Amino acid sequence: MRNLKTTYFEDLQLFKDGVHLFWSAVLILALFTLPFFVKTYYLTILNLMAVNVIVALGLNLLVGNTGQISLGHAGFVAIGAYTTVLLLKLGVPFIFAFVAAGVVSALFGILLGIPSLKLEGPYLAIATLAFGLAVTTLIGRMDFLGGRMGMNVPKLQIKWMGLKYDHALYYIILSITIIAVIAMRNILRSRIGRAFQAIRDSDIAAAAIGIHLTRYKLYSFGLSALFAGAAGSLWALYLGFINPTLFSFILSINFLVIIVLGGLGSITGSILGAVVLTYLNLQLENVVDIPLLGAALYKFSEVFMTTTGIANVSWVLTGFILILVVLYEPLGLYGLWLRTKIFWKRWPF
Amino acid sequence: MLGQLIVSSLVVGSIYALMALAMSITYKASEVPNFSQGEMAMMSTYVTFVLLSSFGLSFYPAMLLTVGFAFLLGLILEFFFLRRAKNPTPLNLIVITIGFQLMLYGLAGWKWGSEQRQINLPFSESKVIVQNDVFALTELNLATLVIAFIVLLVIYLLIQKTKLGLAMKACQQNVNASKMNGISAYRIMAISFGISSIVGAIAGVLVAPLLTLDPSMMWDPLLKGFAAAVLGGMKSLHGVVIGGLLLGLIENLFGFYISIEFKSVVAFAIIVLVLYFKPSGLFDKHYVRKV
Repeated sequence: MRNLKTTYFEDLQLFKDGVHLFWSAVLILALFTLPFFVKTYYLTILNLMAVNVIVALGLNLLVGNTGQISLGHAGFVAIGAYTTVLLLKLGVPFIFAFVAAGVVSALFGILLGIPSLKLEGPYLAIATLAFGLAVTTLIGRMDFLGGRMGMNVPKLQIKWMGLKYDHALYYIILSITIIAVIAMRNILRSRIGRAFQAIRDSDIAAAAIGIHLTRYKLYSFGLSALFAGAAGSLWALYLGFINPTLFSFILSINFLVIIVLGGLGSITGSILGAVVLTYLNLQLENVVDIPLLGAALYKFSEVFMTTTGIANVSWVLTGFILILVVLYEPLGLYGLWLRTKIFWKRWPF
Repeated sequence: MLGQLIVSSLVVGSIYALMALAMSITYKASEVPNFSQGEMAMMSTYVTFVLLSSFGLSFYPAMLLTVGFAFLLGLILEFFFLRRAKNPTPLNLIVITIGFQLMLYGLAGWKWGSEQRQINLPFSESKVIVQNDVFALTELNLATLVIAFIVLLVIYLLIQKTKLGLAMKACQQNVNASKMNGISAYRIMAISFGISSIVGAIAGVLVAPLLTLDPSMMWDPLLKGFAAAVLGGMKSLHGVVIGGLLLGLIENLFGFYISIEFKSVVAFAIIVLVLYFKPSGLFDKHYVRKV
C-alpha cells in the first residue's frame, strides 16, 4: 500500500499503475459508446459538463497549482467563443477556429498577467474582475460582434460516417476534453508544472532555486486562459447562440466554486467539481418536481414565503451545500474520494 | 456644471465609501474579502422596507431595528460559518462567503420575489434644499452625505478611541499575542463582522431609493465598494474612504464628459493602472515579505 511517491520516476508517470490505466480506459470507452444507449438530452448535459471540466482544469492550474486568483475567467471564455464564431462566419474550418480561439485567449491571458505580477490577494481579484467586466462591456459595444443582441453560431457541416449532429458534437467535445485532461496531466508532471507548484508554496524559495517568477507566472496565466478559450469555443458550438450577458461575473464565480468544490490543485478534483456542480445546478432548477420534498416545500412557501419565488430555493441549497463542503471537507470532493479510498484500504484499522 | 458633477460624485462616492469601509473592516479582521457584504446589506434593506410598509413604523425606529438585524446577520455569518472552518485558506473562506451570499440571495428571492419595489424614506428625492449658481442639492443627497459622514465619524471614534477598537487593532496585528493578553479573538472577529454589516446596511438603505429594491440591487455597489477599497488600500481606513470618493468622481466625470457606457470599465481600468504602480493601493504600505 503506497500513497506517497518515493522515486522521481513515479512523479513522471502518466498513470500511477495498471489499475489506473485500466479504469481510465474503461471510462473513456464507456463515454464513447454512450450515445448509442441514452437520449440526446443526456448528451447535452454531458457536453455542458465537459465544457465546464475544461475551464475548471485551466482555472485550477492558475488557482490551485500556481496560487494566483482569478475572478475574470468568464472573460477568457468569452474571447474564445467570439473568436471561434467570428472565424466560422468567415468560413474558416472549425479545427483552425478552435486553435485560434485558444491562442487568442492565451495572448489575452499573458496581457492580463503583466499588470498582475506584483499583485496578490484581493488586489489580484479586483484586477482580474476588471478584466472580465471590460471584455463583456467592450464586446457589447462592437457591432461586428453582434453587440448586446448577440449572434448565432453557424452550424458545423459534419459529414462523418453518417453521424447525427448531436452525436458528432458530443464526440468532438468529448475528444477535446480527454485531450485537455491528458495535456493538463502532462503539464503538471513536467518541469513547468513543478515550477508552478514551487511558486504556490513559496515564491521566494522558488526564485532562490532559479525559477524565473515573471516568466512562469505569465505561463500560468497564458495556459489557464488557453484552456478557458478552448472551452469557450466548444461552449459556443454547444449553445448555438452567444451574447455578452452569458459571460457575466456570476459565471466566473461559478468556475471558482467548481474548483473549490472539486478540490484545489487536483485534476480529479476539477473533473468531479465540474460534473457534480453542473448536475446540481440543473437538478435544483426544478426543485418542486422532487417527490414529497417538493410538495412540502410548496406548502412551506405558501405559508411563510411566496410561491412565485420558489425557484430561488436552488440558490439557497447551492449556497448551503457549498458551505458544508468547505467546512467539512476543505480538500473538496477529491479529499472525500481520497478519504473513502484510504478508509477501505486500511479497513478494519 | 462641474460643480454639480462634483457634488453628485460625492454623494455616490460616499455610498461607495461606506461599502468600502464595510469591506475593509472585515478584511482587516480576517484577511477575507466578504463577498456576501452586498447581500447582507440587501437583506437589511428589505427588513427596513417591511418595517416601513407592512408594520407602519416610522423611519427612525425602523432604522434602529434594521441596525440590530444587520449586526445579528454579521454575527451569524461569523459564528455559524466562518468560525467553523478548520485550518482554512483564504480561498476557502472566500467560498464560504460566496455560499452565504447565494443563500441570502435565494432567501430574499423566495420571500419577496424578484419584483422591484420602492422604498419610502422620509427624505424626498425631488425636494431641492440648496440651490445656487454652482450646484443643487436634494434632500436625499444631503441626507446621504450627512449620514455617511456621521457613520464614518462613529467608526473612526470607535476604532481609535474605545477599548473595543484597541482590541480590534490588536487582533489584526497579532492574533496569538492578543489572545495571550486576554482578548477573546473570536468575539472580536464576530463583532467586527457585525459592525461591518451595520455599515453595509446603512449604505443599502441610502442607495435603495436611487436603485430599485430587488434581490440583486447590491451587486453593483458591492463591486464598486470592493474596487474602491482596493484603490485606497484595503487595510487603511482613511484610504478606503478616499478611494470611494475618488471612484465616484472618476466615474461621474468620465461618464459625463466622454462616454456613459464605459464609465465602470474605465474606473476599473484606472484602478488596475494604479495597482500596477502601487500594488497595495494608494494609502496602504506595501509590505514585501521577507524570508
